[in-house]
Amino acid sequence: MTHIFSMLVENHQGVLSRIAGLFAGRGYNLESITAGVTTDPQISRITLVCEGDDNVIDQIKKQLNKLIDVIKVNDLSALPSLNRELALIKVRAKPNQRGEIFQVADVFRARVLDVGIDSMVLEVTGSSEKIDNFAAVLLPYSIREIARSGLISMERGKKQTTEPEGQRKGASEKLNDDFKITIA
Amino acid sequence: MKISGAELFIKALKAEGVKHLFGFPGGVVIPVFDALYSETEIQVILTRHEQGAVHAADGYARSTGKTGVCLVTSGPGATNTVTGIATANFDSVPIVCFTGQVSRSMIGNDAFQEADIVGITRPITKHNYLVLDRKDLGRILKEAFTIANSGRPGPVLVDLPKDVILEKGDDEYPAKVSIRGYNPVLKGHPNQIKKAAMELKRAKNPLFYIGGGIHIAGAVEIFRKAVKKTGVPVVHSLMGIGALPGDDPLCLGMLGMHGTYVANMAVTGADLLFGIGNRFDDRATGDLSKFAPEAKIVHIDQDPVSISRNVPVEVPIVGDARLVLEQLLPLLEAPKINDWIKQIDKWKEEHPLEARVGRGSDAPKTNKAGAARGAEAADRRSIGHLRPDRVIQTICEVFPDAIIATEVGQNQMWTSQFFTFRHPRSLLTSGGLGTMGYGFPAAIGAQIANPEKRVIDIAGDGSIQMNIQELATAVYNNLPVIVTILNNGYLGMVRQWQELFFGKRYSSTCLMTGAACPPQCKGPGDHCTVYRPDFVKLAEAYGAVGMRVFEEKDIKPALTEAGKIKDRPIFIDFIVEREFNVFPMVAPGAGIAEMIFSEGRQG
Repeated sequence: MTHIFSMLVENHQGVLSRIAGLFAGRGYNLESITAGVTTDPQISRITLVCEGDDNVIDQIKKQLNKLIDVIKVNDLSALPSLNRELALIKVRAKPNQRGEIFQVADVFRARVLDVGIDSMVLEVTGSSEKIDNFAAVLLPYSIREIARSGLISMERGKKQTTEPEGQRKGASEKLNDDFKITIA
Repeated sequence: MKISGAELFIKALKAEGVKHLFGFPGGVVIPVFDALYSETEIQVILTRHEQGAVHAADGYARSTGKTGVCLVTSGPGATNTVTGIATANFDSVPIVCFTGQVSRSMIGNDAFQEADIVGITRPITKHNYLVLDRKDLGRILKEAFTIANSGRPGPVLVDLPKDVILEKGDDEYPAKVSIRGYNPVLKGHPNQIKKAAMELKRAKNPLFYIGGGIHIAGAVEIFRKAVKKTGVPVVHSLMGIGALPGDDPLCLGMLGMHGTYVANMAVTGADLLFGIGNRFDDRATGDLSKFAPEAKIVHIDQDPVSISRNVPVEVPIVGDARLVLEQLLPLLEAPKINDWIKQIDKWKEEHPLEARVGRGSDAPKTNKAGAARGAEAADRRSIGHLRPDRVIQTICEVFPDAIIATEVGQNQMWTSQFFTFRHPRSLLTSGGLGTMGYGFPAAIGAQIANPEKRVIDIAGDGSIQMNIQELATAVYNNLPVIVTILNNGYLGMVRQWQELFFGKRYSSTCLMTGAACPPQCKGPGDHCTVYRPDFVKLAEAYGAVGMRVFEEKDIKPALTEAGKIKDRPIFIDFIVEREFNVFPMVAPGAGIAEMIFSEGRQG
């Protein structure tokens, strides 16, 4: 099953390499990884999408937590969450095809960023599935290039990935709670 | 006050109570060694290879629980530490390894002796740092020591660029640091602990299964109390040796591939397996589908990653083994297990431990003709006939309280089987990574940390040659480390597998293979040549004492004589039967109850 992890990490050099290396070294399947700084310049948010059975996902979560530079790991797959990806797609577009492509773009709420003599660049955001579908529809126009950002994700509602310290459970309780979930 | 990075480094070592530093200098770290030159509180132990420095720091740490520290230069100095660091990482040993790095402006330019050691060691350290700003140095040094020796301990590497070492800056070394991504859980969850105690009380066939975490957490004493209170028998992993005295009737010995029959049968028959500080490693469990098929599993471990990884666990408890046992002990009650103990005693009698020659002959081989021909002829190694188990039992008899280091292979397994360990932290062995060449430098580190104790490395003739250059370190530091070489002229464990599973095709395992050998040798014979190196002469060349033993009657006198020497290392070359095997054995991929006792005899 595909899981989405949203993590807060120390904005230290090499942190992305630690995480990517963990996946490579232990043979976990990493589908996408995105990173960007948060409002606190010392902390980055990393969203990663990975696939595996329950045991593997459990191990991935524990291994990520074990990294010293990782402050918090949240598995958003089980929570109501918003998931978005951005893609830039360059298609071959003869002048007489532009109208059709504009129409398709409109349906997918994509924006036209660039129009050339026989090409166009479109920008689309949405779930990964939506982007797959958009690309499929554009296929007949011959896609020259596609660049996808990888998924970013956020839980719905007011809850933050980092809860204020006071409301946090003791680390010990938290861990053992996690185990109960795994066992159940 | 402004001080150099090197001076702050020294200040940090002093604040951490570091008395010994294992190291090897080189270009970029000259300023650090320069700062150590007039230092009286910190003794630098110059090894002869950087790998030796890390293993020595490791032996120092394992035998005491203190953090081992080493310092090496950039590039090859740093890459030579890799095996040592991986060894320490696998066995959770607290080490801080400092490496020099080229100046910041040169990093990435393929400068002379540059290596991305932080990148190289990322997967084999608990954490590592490249110090890019002098103002971070104090904090990073403190974090390194804090991380190395807390939670599940492990190696931390700090890479120090030359210009950071030289730069003058802040002299502050913080007394404490808090790292927001690092909060090891110490106490166990009270409800889980109650549940664990209840499961133990209810069980009919309970069994403790302990690992190295017991030593690391300093939980040996309280664990022994728990065993006394409950009367529950104990099996241990290789790393758990010594937590319960080996001659305690409740100690069933090691489980797994070369475990005892009774330990493996008990695990297979247990209805409750109570793991503490272990990690259900594949050498211990064998085929997972046949591992403890009847048992509920309780698992106490510091590292959540180890829990429910290889086997599903009913009662997981994350925490420090000592603290959790302190919580648990008052709740423990003795289960009624008379029948279980009777069954265990029966297993014990059925197959006591004994090393056997692979061909299934039970009697020790003797070769009077060879002995009669004298030392020179006996040196032709087809005729060794000492039994390695007897050698190790005699070492145990002469030095029952010694700290024992081993190399890896048959020597390691025989040591685990035939030396009766009675003390915590008394076995230093590369359990996880299985590093040949670990034992001798580790013994050197342990001897430096424990000058009042006897430290013995039980080695094979193969692995001792992997770090033999450390003889010089031991000689110059007057360390009376005894190295007992079980010399069979083979890389014995691999040869054993070739004998049992590859039709005796001894490919590249004979250490006497040369131009004169038959092309497809299947074992020792008259064609065998003289063994090289001559370990006695080699020891003497270094200024150490060398002895050679051919006959069983000479084992004890040689060891006793070695025991009298207090100022330099002693090599004893025991010429053992060449094709002795480690038995019992569980074939790779088999269940641990499917044991081979010697060729053709299965249990």
